[in-house]
Amino acid sequence: MTAVDVKDLSKRFNRKQALRGVSLRIAAGEMVALIGASGSGKSTLIRHLAGLERGEAEGSAIEIFGRPLQANGRLAADARQMRREIGVIFQQFNLVGRLPVITNVLVGHLGRIPDWRGTLGAFTREEKLEALAALARVGIPDVAWQRASTLSGGQQQRAAIARCLVQQSRLLLADEPIASLDPASARRVMDVLADINRRDGITAVVSLHQVEYARRYCARTIALRAGSIVYDGPSAALTNDFLTELYGADSEELVLPDQRPAGGLRLDPSRAPWMGEPSPVPA
Amino acid sequence: MTETSQSLPAAAPSLNAGRDWSRSIGNGAILLGLAVALVLSWGPADMASWTHLFTDAGNMAKYASGFLHPKFDDWRFYVEEMIVTLQIALWGTFLSLIVSIPLGILAAHNMAPAWIVHPCRWLLNVFRAIHEVVWAVLFVVAVGLGPFAGVMALFVHNTGIMAKLFSEAVEAIDARPVEGIRATGATRVQEVIFGVIPQVMPLWVSYFLYRFETNVRSATILGVIGAGGIGQVLFESIRGFYYPESAAILIVVVVTVSLTDILSQQLRKFFL
Repeated sequence: MTAVDVKDLSKRFNRKQALRGVSLRIAAGEMVALIGASGSGKSTLIRHLAGLERGEAEGSAIEIFGRPLQANGRLAADARQMRREIGVIFQQFNLVGRLPVITNVLVGHLGRIPDWRGTLGAFTREEKLEALAALARVGIPDVAWQRASTLSGGQQQRAAIARCLVQQSRLLLADEPIASLDPASARRVMDVLADINRRDGITAVVSLHQVEYARRYCARTIALRAGSIVYDGPSAALTNDFLTELYGADSEELVLPDQRPAGGLRLDPSRAPWMGEPSPVPA
Repeated sequence: MTETSQSLPAAAPSLNAGRDWSRSIGNGAILLGLAVALVLSWGPADMASWTHLFTDAGNMAKYASGFLHPKFDDWRFYVEEMIVTLQIALWGTFLSLIVSIPLGILAAHNMAPAWIVHPCRWLLNVFRAIHEVVWAVLFVVAVGLGPFAGVMALFVHNTGIMAKLFSEAVEAIDARPVEGIRATGATRVQEVIFGVIPQVMPLWVSYFLYRFETNVRSATILGVIGAGGIGQVLFESIRGFYYPESAAILIVVVVTVSLTDILSQQLRKFFL
């Protein structure tokens, strides 16, 4: 089954062409990395897939699980109902800092429960337990009643993932989920995302700044440059030489500094001990 | 603003390349405009009489000396009337809080489309532009003399101010958490409740308490035009040249306003 089907998506912000005729298909259950330098259109693409941004009027169309989300620059009438199938994780976590973590997670229920109950914040005991279970699954069960703003970046991002778990979406979009995190938190967040993809069969699209994470966690990578797809294929094939070919000097941005040998980009496995084999293609 | 793209021409760097001159020019124009307005207003505002502050100081001293010996014989009555004034202020502020929450959201550019924002703002401007004393006179005609006219006057005028302050707080929020809520499939109202209100809560509480303090003072004035409370008593005693009694009433007012200030500071701390 096709989870994401994008046809000829273009988007222009004032003077800047952010996306140029992007077309792609992602099958249900895949975990796909989206890489590219800053300003290449990764975030814009993800925001379109989430229905938070509308494409240009001519020809752009996005279908999620076979249902149209937007076409010709207009959101579908049931875009709000469709959003509950689409969990989004943001670079800046987008939690409400003054609310306790558990309320931030409970918000994931809003799309699934009757409107009046969500509006009053009248969550049932089961729903609260579900939220606690989600927090436990992402590894932060003890912070439920702390204000979200008191958490570290990595914890906030995991709370945001817990919100997506509670939402029970079938598609998970992560917009640079680890760009604001230290390496240890980044790996933990990526592990959680990979686990959700593998165990729950949730389709995941993760935009990443660094290609190492794509190679390690995602079987397939889509690479963007200046709003166009320049590569779509197995992550394992994205060697640093190939990146240099795709991006020229900009490729430096896509490789971790300690993986960047002097005098040229070539991956030296002895200097990247944490990098395992590329994960196998999910069934 | 320039694009930060790679297509920047490799010309020689210039100090002011890409500088936005309109800001500097705008700042200068605003300062100049203020200076012109001040000069033009000098005559009409009768500012030339400032010397009277010194030449007529004797008159003022004589007038003030009447207030030097406050007479607290009727203090129970003053306190009772002061409490009525507080109660007028409380209800006026509370009613306008109820109305200011939705209006404050609807009058914010980042929350509602322009065709809702502009009528709301216009309505608030009308509420605000007309002074509460004028509203009080209108309501005295409508509902008769007494505290209720004062409540209604405070309610309407304060809504104009508080909803505007609320909407400005809403316009300053971080849009990202709201987007996080929207992405879960929440309704617009739920976005406001879970994404907007928690963010603006400290400012809103602060504005509400500040407006309550202000309204305690305003409610005192409203007594003068017949809306009951301590103001009415004060006005009558000044008009009857009972300066010692007036001084006692003024002291009651000052103490009450100070207490309100202390109380609202404590509440503010609690809500932050």
